[in-house]
Amino acid sequence: MHYNLLIGGAAGQGIDTMAAIFGKLLKKEGYAFLTSFDFMSRIRGGHNFILIRFGDQPVFSHSMKLDGLIALDDATVSLHLNELKEDGFILCDEKIKTGDKRAIKIPMTDLAKELGNPRVAGSIATGVLLKLFDLSLDGIQEILKTELDEKYIQINLKAYDKGYELVETRYNKLKADYSKNMIINGNKAVAFGALAAGLKFYSAYPMSPSTGIMEFLAAHSTELDLVVEQAEDEIAAINMVLGASYAGAPSMTGTSGGGFSLMVEALGLSGIAEIPIVIVDVQRPGPATGLPTRTEHRDLRFVIHASQGEFPRKVIALRNHEDAYLQTIRAFHTAEKYQIPVIILSDQYLADNSSTVNPFTLPKEAKKNQPEVSAGEYKRYLLTENGISPRLIPGQTTKLVLSDSDEHDELGLITESAEVRNSMVEKRTRKLIGVAEELEEPDFFGSLKAEVLLLGWGSTWGPIKEAVELLNLETPNRFSALVFGDVFPLPEKLLREKAKQAQVIINIEQNETGQFAGLIREKTGIVCTTSILKYDGRQITGEEIAERVKGVLM
Amino acid sequence: MSQHEFFTRETAWCPGCGNFSILSCLKKALEKLELEPHKVLMVAGIGQAAKTPQYISANAFCGLHGRALPPAVAAKIVNEELVVILDTGDGDSYGEGGNHFIHNIRRNVDISHFVHDNQIYGLTKGQASPTTQIGHITGAQPDGSINTPLNPLLIALAAGAGFVARGFAGDQEQLTELMQQAIRFKGYALLDILQPCVSFNKINTYEWYKQRVKPIGDQHDPTDFSAAIKLAGTFGEEIPTGVLYKVEKPVYHDRHLVLKDHKPLISKKTDQLKLEKLITSFI
Repeated sequence: MHYNLLIGGAAGQGIDTMAAIFGKLLKKEGYAFLTSFDFMSRIRGGHNFILIRFGDQPVFSHSMKLDGLIALDDATVSLHLNELKEDGFILCDEKIKTGDKRAIKIPMTDLAKELGNPRVAGSIATGVLLKLFDLSLDGIQEILKTELDEKYIQINLKAYDKGYELVETRYNKLKADYSKNMIINGNKAVAFGALAAGLKFYSAYPMSPSTGIMEFLAAHSTELDLVVEQAEDEIAAINMVLGASYAGAPSMTGTSGGGFSLMVEALGLSGIAEIPIVIVDVQRPGPATGLPTRTEHRDLRFVIHASQGEFPRKVIALRNHEDAYLQTIRAFHTAEKYQIPVIILSDQYLADNSSTVNPFTLPKEAKKNQPEVSAGEYKRYLLTENGISPRLIPGQTTKLVLSDSDEHDELGLITESAEVRNSMVEKRTRKLIGVAEELEEPDFFGSLKAEVLLLGWGSTWGPIKEAVELLNLETPNRFSALVFGDVFPLPEKLLREKAKQAQVIINIEQNETGQFAGLIREKTGIVCTTSILKYDGRQITGEEIAERVKGVLM
Repeated sequence: MSQHEFFTRETAWCPGCGNFSILSCLKKALEKLELEPHKVLMVAGIGQAAKTPQYISANAFCGLHGRALPPAVAAKIVNEELVVILDTGDGDSYGEGGNHFIHNIRRNVDISHFVHDNQIYGLTKGQASPTTQIGHITGAQPDGSINTPLNPLLIALAAGAGFVARGFAGDQEQLTELMQQAIRFKGYALLDILQPCVSFNKINTYEWYKQRVKPIGDQHDPTDFSAAIKLAGTFGEEIPTGVLYKVEKPVYHDRHLVLKDHKPLISKKTDQLKLEKLITSFI
């Protein structure tokens, strides 16, 4: 059972603080939830909204079927009234122009002024919400301390109390125990993954929606002994990361598609010089500036093919907040082991949204063995069977470490020898054999006997999971889905198995051209029957997928 | 072989190239400073000068054209024990890498930056560089370069560099001394080296430079910013060589809360208890 609320208002009205405090109260009561943000690229004005879906089961997707509409402005009502369920409610100030019978009009602004600050109107509204859903006000003081400046706490407490006494409880309290979960968004989950993997150096140039990674790491850099350096541009960021990694520091950079475009040449340097790096691309709709604060999955083909020449790389798409943490750790391990660039594909939806997840556990520290190096001159690019050359860190032994963007011999010295060129190209490519052996198969949902197979990747994981459940409720055992995290190289085993059995294969993607369907066809010859695509900058919901699947099957 | 001895490798430079004397001065400077090869990191981008790290026995990072500064400073940031020397050309440093040049002066990471400034692009066989003089005819500027040459020393001073010097490949004694000073200097140190290109620059030849270079006399006070600006602006009939400006100030590591204890970052383990506590704060 889930409840679903939308809080809407202009930028600057504090709906994000409202949502953050309400979320913490929900979790304290044991609820699982997912908060998703629809923000415009502006600091003041416009129309922003936040969806909060909560209940006694984990929430995998946002939903546009609303139980409650909390309107801080008129636009929220006019834009979202059609999404409100028949038995839903509108909570708004009495000045909001709506004649809808479902409206609970409260003189919030006037009451807030009486309390001494019109800005606490939102807290009065939250007080009302708490009462409507039978949530307790206990512990709110502690929560406020984490969200507000000390001097505003008392007046806000009064505002919550005020709202609480204005209405009667309307919704049953659900029994749930997720109070020991953590509340995390995608950017912070990636940052935690990097820290857990031993991150020592992060460099980036601010770019929405990736900046949260840098700011979170910077906020904790002193206590955790790492350096976060804001670079002069993304070219500098990735080249700094290469230098830091060469010198022995586990390193990462993060950006969005535009910044990744600037990093492309250096991606190849990581490839040929065999310097492990992790790059996070928090996707937003392109091309060029596109829609800066919105979401899309349009960089898949780009990051797979980016940079001139050919070299091994790995691309992992993040599926949910827990996955974001675990896969970032894995990205570091893969980069380190194979001395390759690993690209993590996140997106605005995952990055900015928060959900309740099991608390992250730190991986056991892997023992780092100093590679065995034979006597004599050190060969940084020693030809080996698995393609991995023993990597030394400069200054840590008396051996010299030569690293080069030109084609080079085993020592790392420039060469144009055809024979050496071939052996080096092949050596680097051989590393992919090991990478392929460690691929993770996609997550499978639904019925083992399904005739319709949905295919997805990245953060549509939750919506697809929910869609399969909805569809199988209506037509039992007809639907299944595979949602990929490892996308390049492409894990093929489960895909081939499930595709063979399916009558209809539908790829679901947040882009216009069905990039993943194209990749699957290229690598396996499997052809999707039809596509469900969305590229308006808004994340698809489980409900929308279910409706559109039914539509294409008719 | 002494532990402070460096050897050089066979090069791919043209006979008579100014790079040979710069390489030879570099070897002498490193040996005179009694540095150990495995503690020295030579960094470059791409270009004829940028091959230098390949030709001397030290650690070497040869990266992308114009992108030598970011990895050089990052390597030093994470391991302060490395002596990091960026040794590359004028195109690499001031052209493709211009943005990094300005912003890394601001960072003031303790590295030396030697620029083989031959006022031409050598690797691509003779096009104008940022320091090419007006009127200089090249393959890409057949009617002569019309753009004002960049004055790297003035830029460095304006951006706040603590060590700004100019050397000449034809004065090895002075150049070796300047290199030692730059390496010893605590902070970002720019050494612009006038370097004749015998193949592609028939204007700024050995003769041309010899008639103009003039070592800065003892009367110059290298802590006098205004005097340094004046010297940096002098580039024509007379070109002053030597240390124009030298004032130490806190470097990146001194100012960084994590690095100011001057222990290498790569030796610092992330405190797992603190990280666990941070995770718990999200519950």
